[in-house]
Parts: sequence; C-alpha cells; structure tokens
Amino acid sequence: MSKPSFVYVTYIRTTPEKVWQALTDPATMKKYWFGAFAETDWKPGSPWTLKFDDGRVADAGEILESEPPKRLVIRWRNEWKPEIKAEGWSRCTVTIEPLQGIAQLTIRHELEGEGTKFIEAVSGGWPRILSNLKSLLETGAVAYETKA
Amino acid sequence: MVDVSKFKPKTVYVTYIAATPERVWRALTDPAFSRLYFFGFAVDVEPRQGGVFRLLYPDGRTHISGQVIEWSPPRRLSITWLVKGMKEFAELPECLVTYDIEPSGEAVKLTMTEAHSWDVPESILSGGRAGWPAILSSLKSVLETGKPISIKMEPPKEMMEAVNQILITKPCKK
Repeated sequence: MSKPSFVYVTYIRTTPEKVWQALTDPATMKKYWFGAFAETDWKPGSPWTLKFDDGRVADAGEILESEPPKRLVIRWRNEWKPEIKAEGWSRCTVTIEPLQGIAQLTIRHELEGEGTKFIEAVSGGWPRILSNLKSLLETGAVAYETKA
Repeated sequence: MVDVSKFKPKTVYVTYIAATPERVWRALTDPAFSRLYFFGFAVDVEPRQGGVFRLLYPDGRTHISGQVIEWSPPRRLSITWLVKGMKEFAELPECLVTYDIEPSGEAVKLTMTEAHSWDVPESILSGGRAGWPAILSSLKSVLETGKPISIKMEPPKEMMEAVNQILITKPCKK
C-alpha cells in the first residue's frame, strides 16, 4: 500500500526563479495564499512555520531540503485543527522544472502515517493556492481573494 | 446510453479561473478555443444529451470519440471518451469525463473528473494524469491572459507498454 498522498501539477508562464521567489517570499505568499505566510530562513534543518494573516500558527515543521530554484522538501504538520494534527507528520515535496519559457510546478504531499483528513484538507487547499499563484505570476493579479 | 453508476472516479483535477462560468463553458465546447489549449485538438460536440462528442486532429481525423451524457450549460458537461486516434487503444473500454463548473468567490472552480468502469491499471491512468494538468493549465491561461501555454508531451512510456500488453491478452472485450 502506498502512503496517503496528493499530487498537483501546474504549468506557469514564468521562470523557475520567479516561482521560487513567490513560494518563499512572505509578502508574495500573502497575496496568493489568502493572507498566510511562512516564517523560516529556508535552510535545511531550519524550523518552518506557516501563519495565518492574524499571526496564528496554521502549520509547523522543518525544512528538509532546499535547492533553489528547483526543489524544496518540508516536514509539515497541521497545528490548528486537533483532528488533523492527530494524523501527524507529512512531507511536502515541491519541484520546479524549466520547460521552454514555462515552469512546471509539482507539489507532492504525503502523510507519513495513516489517515484521510490531512490529505483531504491539502487536496482542497493546494488547487486554490496554486491557481492563485499561477494567476499572480501570469497576470499580476490573483484569481480570487476569498479565504480558503 | 451507458450506465454511469458503473464508473468510478480515478483522476480529479481542480483549477480556479478568473472568468465567468459561461466563458469556461465556451472554452470547453468551442473548437477554436480548444485548439488553443488542448494539444491542437478541435472539439466537435452536438449540444444535447445523447449527442456525438469528438476531438479532431488538425487534419479532421478523429482522436477522441464519445457521447454526451449530460449537457447542462454552464454547469456540467459529461461525456464518454474513447481513444480512436491510436490503434493500440482500440481494445480499451471507454471512460467518462465530467467537467463541473461552479462559481467560487470572484472566480470559477473547474473540476475535471476522469472515471472508469473497470479495474484500470495505474500505468494507463498515467496518460491522463500527465495530460490533464497541461491541458487545464493552458485553458486557464487562455481565459486569463489570452495566450495558451504550449507544452510538448508524448504519451507516457509505461502507459503505452500497458496498453500494448492489453492488446495482446485482450481481457476487456467480452
């Protein structure tokens, strides 16, 4: 049996460097992540926290791998919904591949243990966030600002 | 008409688009639009339940052929989907492709669901899992920027091997 996981691929007319910048710069994140932003120095071994716009901690973990502008791996646990937090740690792997004038962005989010709630939550969240990210990079504006 | 209750969702792709449901519907059903984002294929669909659905190569040959199961503009389009353009696929059962269009905040949520009526191997699903993100990313770009994203893509090797294997053993045709 493979582990519970979610995979999402999107193609963005931009460079891998701009995708990397958007994924790691808190001010840019806030625009497409419904106000949420990360606090970390993005170095392997460093702590990583994802906060809501009001400062509450949404998720927390550790940077496992960081190879700008190609690959980022985060050990990731939900911190604000007890029933999701109870499912424990996940691993989020971000890969950015350059194609001709296009960046292919792949998010693979895998739960370390068993459960369905965490993967259900990220399956709903990632398409919103990444659709907004694509719109922001291609048009300068997000697709919508309604909270996730 | 096929019994849709036998089809189980195997691949789902969701994207949010800054457009109206009507424009997304048009992008899904208009040949000039689909040529831009669907690897150059023109959609040719009879606008009614039971109508013929096809995706055509630029020279007019049929790549995909099917039947309209639900035609509910601008909310839901459901079609059966049979690959005609590649002879290796002749022995495979049809699948069911459904587009759901829902308003979501200022945007539109487009959900593509590919469902199958048989125990389809992961290797065969790999084709759609590679293709749909490219097609629907490009559709979103066409609607938001006027410009498609052209991605060159070959059918995954593992899928072609699996399809050829089925061609030899033919478990699907009763």
